[in-house]
Amino acid sequence: MSAKFKPGDHVRIRVGSPPGHFRTPSYVQGKVGRIEAVHGEFRNPETLAYGKDGLPKQFLYLVSVDQAQLWDTYAASPRDRLFIDIYEHWLEPCGG
Amino acid sequence: MHDHDHPHADAHAPITAGREPSHYEKRATAIVSLLIEKGLVTADEVRRTIEQMDERTPALGAKVVARAWVDPEFKARLLTDAKSACAELGVDTGTLANIVAIENTDAVHNVVVCTLCSCYPRSILGLPPDWYKSLSYRSRVVKNPREVLREFGLDLPHDVEVRVYDSTADMRYLVIPARPPGTEHCSETELAALVTRDSMIGVAKARTAKQ
Repeated sequence: MSAKFKPGDHVRIRVGSPPGHFRTPSYVQGKVGRIEAVHGEFRNPETLAYGKDGLPKQFLYLVSVDQAQLWDTYAASPRDRLFIDIYEHWLEPCGG
Repeated sequence: MHDHDHPHADAHAPITAGREPSHYEKRATAIVSLLIEKGLVTADEVRRTIEQMDERTPALGAKVVARAWVDPEFKARLLTDAKSACAELGVDTGTLANIVAIENTDAVHNVVVCTLCSCYPRSILGLPPDWYKSLSYRSRVVKNPREVLREFGLDLPHDVEVRVYDSTADMRYLVIPARPPGTEHCSETELAALVTRDSMIGVAKARTAKQ
């Protein structure tokens, strides 16, 4: 398997609340971010948490999101950003 | 009054359990009992693991940071592959999670949180402080990082970019604080003493030599 995204790509974080254990907090869902790094492949915590093998592995990315996009009231600095780790199946391509 | 076999001058209050164990404490105790009963682990292995976790302290991270301050090539390796770089210093980062080092500079300030639970680079910082696990810190630092940092006593200039790292998955983030000014002549051991736990989470700067 190869990673679907590379550093610099713009992505949209999917919206969802599957039953059970998932690692994509709601405050970033639906937001557009930028791939900062590809961490590698890791077992999927959504199945691993329930005694399964967590396979197939998922690529994990470091994604940055502008704070001003996350919070309407964020006025401190337009350069401030959130960096968050998101698994590939929670990301979709986004034009920009 | 109580009844035991040593005399003492002052009566002390009876020693009692402070409160009922919580639901999760009872569950953990039940799981440990079952694992021991089924022969999957021994009580001594459980004890030893707790002992090993308690032996890990921020001194491990401080040693790594101090080396990064004095050795730019080591710092470069630490930023690329923290696990191997820590191993060079005999610091075992374990197998449970990956460590990623991020650097604070004059232009960028990183601060770490886990909004979903309490993920923390335990292998090099030990157990997280209570505030790190509090709902208040976890919910507020992502939304208002500068305000939260001010509450910790750190007022960052407007032109410094603040990066909040939310460790939601398999990576654990270690902040390399900026080396304080006026420490050019300090030894590596003296430098390590300036690297505090909070500076490696990113809610403070490293101590200056005279603090």
